[in-house]
Amino acid sequence: MVDHDPDDVLELQRICKQYAGTDTPAVEAIDLKVRKGEFVTFLGPSGSGKTTTLNMIAGFITPSSGRILINGRDIADLPPHKRNLGMVFQNYALFPHMTVWDNVAFPLVERKVPKDVIRSKVAAALEMVNLTGFEKRRPRELSGGQQQRVALTRALVFDPPILLMDEPLGALDKKLRQRLQLEIKRVHRELGITFLFVTHDQEEAMALSDTVVVFDRGGIQQIGTPAELYRRPQSRFVAEFLGDSNLLDGALRRVDGRWVLEAKDGPVHLDGWTPPEGVTEGQHCLMFRPEDVLISDSADAVDDWKATVREVVYLGSEERVIVATQSGGTVTVRLSGDALRHRPEVGQIVALRFSARNAWLIRPDK
Amino acid sequence: MRPMIETDEHPSDRNAVVSRRTLVRWRPKGLHLAVPLLVLLVVFFAIPGLELVRRSFFDSSGSLSLDSYVSFLETPAYRKILLRTFVVAALCTVICALFAYPYAYLMTLSTPRVRRILLVLVLLPFWTSLMVRTYAWLVLLQDTGPLKSALNAIGLGGLELIRTTNGVLIAMTQILLPFMVLPLYNNLQKIDRSDLLAAQSLGATPRRAFWRAYFPQSLPGLFAGSVLVFILALGFYITPVILGSPQNSMMSQLIVRQVSERLDWASGGAMAVVLALLTLGCIVVASRFVKVQRAFGGVESGEN
Ligand SMILES: Nc1ncnc2c1ncn2[C@@H]1O[C@H](COP(=O)(O)OP(=O)(O)OP(=O)(O)O)[C@@H](O)[C@H]1O
Ligand SMILES: [Mg+2]
Repeated sequence: MVDHDPDDVLELQRICKQYAGTDTPAVEAIDLKVRKGEFVTFLGPSGSGKTTTLNMIAGFITPSSGRILINGRDIADLPPHKRNLGMVFQNYALFPHMTVWDNVAFPLVERKVPKDVIRSKVAAALEMVNLTGFEKRRPRELSGGQQQRVALTRALVFDPPILLMDEPLGALDKKLRQRLQLEIKRVHRELGITFLFVTHDQEEAMALSDTVVVFDRGGIQQIGTPAELYRRPQSRFVAEFLGDSNLLDGALRRVDGRWVLEAKDGPVHLDGWTPPEGVTEGQHCLMFRPEDVLISDSADAVDDWKATVREVVYLGSEERVIVATQSGGTVTVRLSGDALRHRPEVGQIVALRFSARNAWLIRPDK
Repeated sequence: MRPMIETDEHPSDRNAVVSRRTLVRWRPKGLHLAVPLLVLLVVFFAIPGLELVRRSFFDSSGSLSLDSYVSFLETPAYRKILLRTFVVAALCTVICALFAYPYAYLMTLSTPRVRRILLVLVLLPFWTSLMVRTYAWLVLLQDTGPLKSALNAIGLGGLELIRTTNGVLIAMTQILLPFMVLPLYNNLQKIDRSDLLAAQSLGATPRRAFWRAYFPQSLPGLFAGSVLVFILALGFYITPVILGSPQNSMMSQLIVRQVSERLDWASGGAMAVVLALLTLGCIVVASRFVKVQRAFGGVESGEN
């Protein structure tokens, strides 16, 4: 490629995959550029084509059309074992008949690396993930988290330019997940190689990634940093998939130079809010994150909404309150810090106010 | 359920290990359920067997001696039969394995429907009697039979089938094949196929991936099937009698001849004991080999 940017390690160009015997493509026209050292996460619901895309990059699945470039080179004709990509499988796929040492040495042995180099590399790699002393164990003699770390080490020991991980933490409990997330993040920082991570857990995606690629029904919905996706989702799907969101539909009007959203439960005054370029009056959808909704005991402003508290979820440092509006819709409110001092009770009538500063207009889905 | 009596202590662990091993103590509560079978085995197998062993240590005058063993092992014709029996059993085992492995592998790849069909095809022979199948082979192996004409057609007409060890081997292999396929399939079906993909992603060619990541995991099943086939082949009687000839006889035929034609219980017993001991020896050696394979599963280990 002439116009290849040397900082792009991986590039997908209009990749499609339709499995034989199916009538809808599993992956449709995906375009993606991944920069060197980036931590990219594929996030999406089950069946959205994340694994299919990852396996096309790994070489286990041949794309129906489109090109995959690694460092500017089309890898269509390279079989998986020549692609030199690290891969961590969801079930780890550690070789049960080999010791931890042999598992980690495997890629080096296959590359005919000299024995003394293998020895020092494997030892160093195991040390990096705190597994020194476990060399002679078999995978089944390790805890889930330790197996996970062996799989990670094995996929990294031959210094691949890209590490692919398909839901590597899916089988672990929450606490262990969080610990391993930190560990993966640390390894990524230390090695500086590109990580491609698949998950359907949005919190995990947010916690780990530089860039999140949101998949839905075989296509990419949006690519962006976690903050971009959270604050500026480009579609209803992304707004709802990442974090809690309150989507208010209504007529957007300009009254005396102020923007007002006339929703079902009443008007929402959008003071201090500027609509995006080209937006005019008319039917629109606005997103308010739970932390942008205020709750109070009594209505003091005219346009506060009346609502009934349905549920209060205690989350330690914060609380999630779910209220029902008069029209029957639900709104999620996050209380933290000082607001926790007057916690509402279930059944209580409260007033809602939307803070317009972070309101975000969702464009209608194409 | 396989009883697993394993402790869960890994004193060297620094992190609290949640091992996947479970601690299940097996108590033989239902032992009385096995009593009828045990009685049957003792009366009709253990007692006659021991009686045969006992008789092998007495000569015709009734005094204690090792004559039967000495004469068995010193007669070249007998030694030849013993050797032939082992060679045929070993060949039969190897051929069964060569046929059964791809078959069982295919079964693991198939859709459930096709897999059921393949399984029925394996089990089909079990539903017809051994005698019937052997007589069927008698027809197939005739000098005027289909197999022979097929061999003639490809220029291998010189290969004798009926009344030779070749014919016996062919029939025995077919008859014993299920005993290889079933344990092997049972093993292969438990192997995680993503190990093959993992090996490739780590730089192994598909062929290397198979031999290093998959095949070693199938050794227990291969071993179990081989032991079954080998032991059954060593004692095969009806098939060699019908398809073979006295000139090419096997140990079972020889033993029967000693006992029922010559009424020489001592030498028949001695032969049976030697055959049993050699069989046992083979299994012990083979199981060592498989255990070693499992222990050093990888090609390289950390120390070398
Ligand atoms: N081998 C296959 N043959 C036919 N269709 C397939 C095959 N593998 C996947 N699919 C279909 O392709 C679509 C995408 O599957 P894929 O495995 O990529 O989803 P995913 O995003 O990884 O989902 P999950 O989060 O559940 O792992 C699904 O609709 C799935 O049913
Ligand atoms: Mg998947």
